[in-house]
Amino acid sequence: MTSTAITADTEPVFHLEEEHAHAEGGSTMLGFWLYLMSDCLIFAMLFAAYGVLGGNYAAGPAPKDLFDLDLVAVNTAMLLFSSITYGFAMLTMDKGRVAATQAWLAVTMLFGLAFLSIELYEFAHMIHEGATPQRSAFLSSFFTLVGTHGLHVTFGIVWMVTLMIQVARYGLIEANRRRLMCLSMFWHFLDVVWIGVFTFVYLMGMLR
Amino acid sequence: MPDTLTKFIFGRLTLESLPLHEPIVVATFVAVALGGIALLGAITYFKLWTYLWREWFTSVDHKKIGIMYMVLGLVMLLRGFSDAIMMRLQQAIAFNGSEGYLNSHHYDQIFTAHGVIMIFFVAMPFVTGLMNFVVPLQIGARDVSFPFLNSFSFWMTVGGAILVMASLFVGEFARTGWLAYPPLSGIGYSPDVGVDYYIWALQVAGVGTTLSGINLICTIIKMRAPGMTMMRMPVFTWTSLCTNVLIVASFPVLTAVLSLLALDRYVGTNFFTNDFGGNPMMYVNLIWIWGHPEVYILILPLFGVFSEVTSTFSGKRLFGYTSMVYATVVITILSYLVWLHHFFTMGSGASVNSFFGITTMIISIPTGAKIFNWLFTMYRGRIRFELPMMWTLAFMLTFVVGGMTGVLLAVPPADFVLHNSLFLIAHFHNVIIGGVLFGLFAGIAYWWPKAFGFKLDPFWGKVSFWCWVVGFWFAFMPLYILGLMGVTRRMRVFDDPSLQIWFVIAAFGAVLIACGIAAFLIQIFVSIRRREALADPTGDPWDGRTLEWSTSSPPPAYNFAFTPVIRDNDAWWEMKQASYIRPLAGFKPIHMPSNTGTGIILAAFSVALGFGLIWYIWWLAALSFVCLIATAIGHTFNYHRDFHIPAAEVSQTEKTRTTLLAAQG
Repeated sequence: MTSTAITADTEPVFHLEEEHAHAEGGSTMLGFWLYLMSDCLIFAMLFAAYGVLGGNYAAGPAPKDLFDLDLVAVNTAMLLFSSITYGFAMLTMDKGRVAATQAWLAVTMLFGLAFLSIELYEFAHMIHEGATPQRSAFLSSFFTLVGTHGLHVTFGIVWMVTLMIQVARYGLIEANRRRLMCLSMFWHFLDVVWIGVFTFVYLMGMLR
Repeated sequence: MPDTLTKFIFGRLTLESLPLHEPIVVATFVAVALGGIALLGAITYFKLWTYLWREWFTSVDHKKIGIMYMVLGLVMLLRGFSDAIMMRLQQAIAFNGSEGYLNSHHYDQIFTAHGVIMIFFVAMPFVTGLMNFVVPLQIGARDVSFPFLNSFSFWMTVGGAILVMASLFVGEFARTGWLAYPPLSGIGYSPDVGVDYYIWALQVAGVGTTLSGINLICTIIKMRAPGMTMMRMPVFTWTSLCTNVLIVASFPVLTAVLSLLALDRYVGTNFFTNDFGGNPMMYVNLIWIWGHPEVYILILPLFGVFSEVTSTFSGKRLFGYTSMVYATVVITILSYLVWLHHFFTMGSGASVNSFFGITTMIISIPTGAKIFNWLFTMYRGRIRFELPMMWTLAFMLTFVVGGMTGVLLAVPPADFVLHNSLFLIAHFHNVIIGGVLFGLFAGIAYWWPKAFGFKLDPFWGKVSFWCWVVGFWFAFMPLYILGLMGVTRRMRVFDDPSLQIWFVIAAFGAVLIACGIAAFLIQIFVSIRRREALADPTGDPWDGRTLEWSTSSPPPAYNFAFTPVIRDNDAWWEMKQASYIRPLAGFKPIHMPSNTGTGIILAAFSVALGFGLIWYIWWLAALSFVCLIATAIGHTFNYHRDFHIPAAEVSQTEKTRTTLLAAQG
C-alpha cells in the first residue's frame, strides 16, 4: 500500500495508484465479536426471564429439591478445563504444529462431550422426578437457559469437528487459523456464560 | 392406518386448511396465481432464468442485493396496502347494523398482516436495501465486508416474506395484532397455524436482519476509504451505522422472545401463560425492548437521506454536521430507555411511568435539533425543488405534527385516555408514513439515477407526491379526532352512526394514497420507457456532494477503479472544487468476491423448515434442518470465493465512461 500523506503543500491526492486491498478476512474478528455480542443479548434475555420467573415454582420443586451441586461442580470443571485445552490448541497453532493442535482440539472436544453428557444426565434425572419444563415457570426458564447453553456447546462441537477435518485437509493456512480463532472466542464466550449460569442459577438457587 | 400415514406426511395440513370458504381470498388467489403464471411464463419465454440466476439471485454485489431488497419492499407494499384499504372500506361501511364485508376471522388476520408486513417486509427491506446500495459507494468501498453473508441475509428476508404470503392461501395468519401478545397468542386461545406462521416468518427474516446489521457495521468500521475519518463520514453513513448498531443490539431480543413464545406453544412451557407461574406482561416488556429501537432503526437512515437531499438541493454544506452526528447517537442510546411508554397502562406505578414519560420527551430534543439543522441548511441556500426535495419538505411539515402528538402520548395521564385508541394509530402512521415512507420516496428519487443510469420521470413523480401527501392528511387526521372521541383500534363494526363520516373521509384518503402508489408504479414504467431522454451520462445528475456521485451511473461492478482518498466531509464536492481529473490509465486488476448460490439455497431450506414446523410436518422440519446444516458446513469447504477483474476489462469499462463524459463536453 502506498503512503497516503495528505499535506497542504504537495499535489492533492484524490486516489491511490496502487490496489488498496483490504486484508483477506480483515473484518472477520470484528464481525465475530459483534455476532458474539448479539448472542450474548439472547442469553441476557434468558437470564432476565429466569430472573423474573425463577421464583415461580407453582407449588412444584424448587432449586434445593433438584440441584446436585457436586455434579454441577464436576460439570463446571469439565467446561473450564475445555477452555484451557482450547487455549493450548491456540498456542500450538501459533507455533504451526498441526498434530499438536489437532490433539488439543480433540481433548477439548472430549471435555465438551463430558460436559454435555453430565448435563443431559442431570436433565434426564430431573424429568424423571417430574421436574419437567412444563411443570412451572421456574423450570421452563431453567431448562431454556441451561438448554440453550448446551445447544451452543453442541454447535461448538460440530464446528470443532468441521475445523479439525479442514485443518487435516488443508493445514494451518491463514483461513483455518482465522476460523480456529473465531471458534476459540465462541468457546471461551460459552465458558463466561456458564459462569453466569453457575452463579445465578445454581449457587444462588441453593440460597433461595 | 392410512389416516396416521397422512398425518405423518402432511402434519395438520388438510384440504380444509385451504380457505376455500372465503370468496375474497379465493379471488385473490386466482388473481395472484394467474399473475404469477404469466410472470413465470414470460421469464421462461424470454429465456431469462439463466440471466436472473447468474446475475441476480446468486449475486453478492451489494448494489444488486440492494436493488433486490427494494423490489421486495415494493411488492410487499402492494400487499400491505391492500390490507390497509380493505380495513378502511370495512370501517367506512360497518355502521347502522351493517356487518361490512369482512367477517371477524378474516378482518383480524388483515390488521395483523398489515402491521407485520408493513414493518418487517416493507419498511425493513426498503431501509436495508437503501443502506446496502448506498453505504459502500459513500465510503469508497468495493463491496461490503462479508458479501456472501449479504446475499444470505437478503434471501432469508425473502424467506420470511414467502412464509407470510403463504399464510394467505394455505391456512391462516395470526389474529392477534402485529406483536402477538400472549395469552391471546398462546396455544389455548390461538390453537391454529396463524401465530406459528407469524413466529417462523419473523424468525427466518430476523436471522437475515441481524446478520445484515453485523455486516454493515463491519463495512462502515473497516472498509472506509483512506482519509475518511469517522467525523468525515457522510451523514447517511452515520445514520446507517447507528441503525445497524440498533439492529444488532435489538433483533436478538426479538429472536429470544419469539423463541420463548414458540416454546410455550410447541413444548408447553410456562413463560407467558396465566398459570404455573407464567407472566404474560414479561412478553410485552421484552418485545418492546426490541420494538422501540425498531422504530428508530426505521427512521434513522431516512434522517440521513433528508440530510443528503437537503444539502445537495440547497447547494450548501449541511448545517451543523457535528450536532447532527451527536443527535443521531443520542437518539440511538435513548431509544433503549423508553420502551415502557408503549404500555403505561400496565400499572407499573407513578415513578416508573414518570421515568419513561420523561425519557420519551427527551428524545424529541435531538430530533428537534435535526429539524433545525435542515431548516438552517436551507436558509440562504439556492433550493432546487426537485422531487427528492419536495418529499423532504413534506416530511418536515408532516413529521413535526407526528412528533408533537408523540410527545402528547408521552404524558402518562394522557396516555391512560389515549392508549390503544385511534389517536395512537394516527400518531405512528403520522411518523412512519410522514417520516419513513416519505424519506424512502425521497431516497428512491435521489439515488435511482445512480442505480440505473436515468432519472425518474418528474411529472408522474409529482402526481404520486401530491396524491400521497394529501391522501395521508385525509386518511389520518380523522383518526386523531376519532381517537380523542375514544374510538379504540382494531374495531370491525361500530354502533354510533355519528362516527361514520370520519371513517368515510379516512377511506377517501386511502383511495388518494392508492392513486399515489399507482402513480409511483406508472412513474417507474414511464421512466423506463423514456430512459434515453432521462439518461444521466455524467454519473452526477444532481450536482452531488458525496462519493457515490463520483463514479458512473450505474456504477461498474467494482464501484471505483482506484480507491479514492478523502480530504473533506463533502468528498466529491471538494474534488470538483479542486478540479479533480479522472485517471485514464494505469488500471490494476481488481479483487472481487465470486457469486454463489449458497445464500438462496440456505434460505430455501429455512423456508421448508419453517413450513414443516408451522404444520407439524416433523419429517420435513428435520430433513430441512439437516440439509441446512450440511449445506452451511459444505460451504465452508469452499476456500476460493474471489477472483480478479483483469486490468484490461477495467480499462475497457473506464474507456466507455470517458467517451460518455467527453460526449457531454
